[in-house]
Amino acid sequence: MIRTPLRPLARILRARDRGENPDRIEAENRRLRHERMQDRARQRAEGRLLVMAAMFLVAFGAIGLRMGVLAGTVPEEPTAQARGNPIIGQRADILDRRGRILATNLQTHSLYAQPPQMVDPEKAATELAAIFPELEAEALQEDFTGARRFLWIRREISPEQMQAVHDIGEPGLLFGPREMRLYPNGAVAAHVLGGASYGREGVSSAEVIGVAGVEKFFDERLRDPGNEGAPLRLSLDLSVQAASERVLQGGMMLMNAKGASSVLMDVHTGEVISMVSLPDFDPNDRPRVLTEGDQGDSPLFNRAVQGVYELGSVFKIFTVAQAMELGLVDPETEIDTSGPLTWGRFRIRDFRDYGDELTTRQVIVKSSNIGTARIAQEIGADRQRDFLGRLGFLDPTPAEMVEAPTGAPLLPDNWSEISTMTISYGHGLSSSPLHLAAGYASLVNGGTRVTPTLLRRDRPQQGPRVVSEEVSARSRDMLRAVVTEGTASFGDVAGYRVGGKTGTADKPRPQGGYHEDKTIATFATVFPADAPRYVLIVTLDEPQIEALGESRRTAGWTAVPVAAEMIRRAAPLLDMRPDVASRRPVGVTLTAN
Amino acid sequence: MRSFLYVLSALAVVALGVWAYQENYRTQEAMREVRALHRDIGAAHERLQMLRAEWAYLNRPDRLRDLAELNFERLRLLPLMPDAFGKVGQIAYPAPALPPITDPVEVSSDNAPENPDAPAEETAR
Repeated sequence: MIRTPLRPLARILRARDRGENPDRIEAENRRLRHERMQDRARQRAEGRLLVMAAMFLVAFGAIGLRMGVLAGTVPEEPTAQARGNPIIGQRADILDRRGRILATNLQTHSLYAQPPQMVDPEKAATELAAIFPELEAEALQEDFTGARRFLWIRREISPEQMQAVHDIGEPGLLFGPREMRLYPNGAVAAHVLGGASYGREGVSSAEVIGVAGVEKFFDERLRDPGNEGAPLRLSLDLSVQAASERVLQGGMMLMNAKGASSVLMDVHTGEVISMVSLPDFDPNDRPRVLTEGDQGDSPLFNRAVQGVYELGSVFKIFTVAQAMELGLVDPETEIDTSGPLTWGRFRIRDFRDYGDELTTRQVIVKSSNIGTARIAQEIGADRQRDFLGRLGFLDPTPAEMVEAPTGAPLLPDNWSEISTMTISYGHGLSSSPLHLAAGYASLVNGGTRVTPTLLRRDRPQQGPRVVSEEVSARSRDMLRAVVTEGTASFGDVAGYRVGGKTGTADKPRPQGGYHEDKTIATFATVFPADAPRYVLIVTLDEPQIEALGESRRTAGWTAVPVAAEMIRRAAPLLDMRPDVASRRPVGVTLTAN
Repeated sequence: MRSFLYVLSALAVVALGVWAYQENYRTQEAMREVRALHRDIGAAHERLQMLRAEWAYLNRPDRLRDLAELNFERLRLLPLMPDAFGKVGQIAYPAPALPPITDPVEVSSDNAPENPDAPAEETAR
């Protein structure tokens, strides 16, 4: 840029010649220069303002556009983050207490047909019938040539069958992935697990839903994808369960019983270690519900939970324990057992005549109905009802199975004095073997209530107190005496100090009264009697054996040997070491005052 | 000085652009890999599930019992009974392995043709 001088010499000389003031020229020039400078500055500022305005316009425009785009699009999860675990959409496994699989899933295929796509429906129908024996070629052909556009052929097929169907080469036969619930152990723990079937079905997948047992009770939990397939851990022990089923099966056959059940329960935690009901079924191929006859004879019927029976003399210990708790008797109190005891039109008899008097302890050991009924008379109906309620005999068991609420005990309509007397020895009140297990566990574990559970627990239940520690110890002492000197002498397993009480109840007739020759034989045991850990209930339905030249149906001859064998098999599996060396008598340290 | 700053910032912008471009592609690559890994994990999970089911099926108590009965001649396996428990005292104490000889002692019998007596330190314990 050429700077114009403020005092151009030519003009100044000229002005001097004319006698003008040359400073005015300088001032004029200076003014012009300033004007130009001002113009430039304004232009520049205006340009900057324009740029600023454009920038703001672009910025706000961008923000506005982005907001519009965000408002207009479907929300989407950010994909740029790697999640730790892809959600597992399978139904969760069911494990036993040691982590062995009781129920899991298997990926199989389903077979369906789309008749419009078929090339040779006749050939397809005949070949399918050859692969699957239960299908009929005619029916298939009718379906394939009819108006149907879609039909299921099989829900689950094995890989071999799938290959065979592939080999037909029919484009109208299609496969879909299908998840199948598998119970790898077959019939073991069938009643507890229940079974599963398909809910809503689609071509590419199907819902697996539980239909019974634990599978149905925990259906939501097992299907919830939020659990990421975390398995459900039951309290059952697979090997103990399998051994128990085997022993009970053998015992049922030997004793000619038509059904049997057993419950093995931890007395402190209330965990059910094994629960057997025979006859059983294979949950992989769950049989249909009986449409006629007694549902109680169906293999689906869980005798341990749903079967409510009058369990007989096993109840006597509750009566005696309550009387001891109330201070009415102690083990050496003499009880009048002269019989028969007549109350109104009822007569209560004993299996044998035990003389005029027995001590309380002898009443239990010899299982005297009369003695127990007399003790119950002293207790009274209200107190008995309250006590049995605290042991859980008045409500269905809270076991985690859908069948549990159906096993509600049958109580007398009117809890009269005669009801009190009969209930004292186990007649007139029907309950399930699981009730009995919980009742015995509550009584012998030191006297605090336990409720049965099918879930793995780590710590003992801290239930409300039912009887005192001392009464609990005395009850165990009596139960032990039943085995050492009483009706359950076959029940002694060396080293495990088994204590227990037998119960033989005549089966009630549907039309009223009792069968003469049909019994329910029950043996309720606790072992070891001095430091109880487990309660085992074994029930045989209509057992009958020939022994010593007589036909025998009592529990002492039938249920007791089976229970003893079960303890012999189960206890070592539960890490219990037989204590053969110390032959200490039970209860010496806990004598009565 | 000013023009140097201009050049520098322009270069920085270019460098950032290049970096963002590369980062973008690397992210996409990583995401593809994650998807593939998820697919693999899913497949592995399915396979694992199948193997676990098979393992459980092969170890079902019925089968093990039948196998134990079939192979009784060879294995002599019986159900675990109370008499299977023993005492620690009934088990022979395992002989401790001899420590390696670190300071061999030369003895006069070293070069003898035959030495029927065991060395002293083996018998004394």
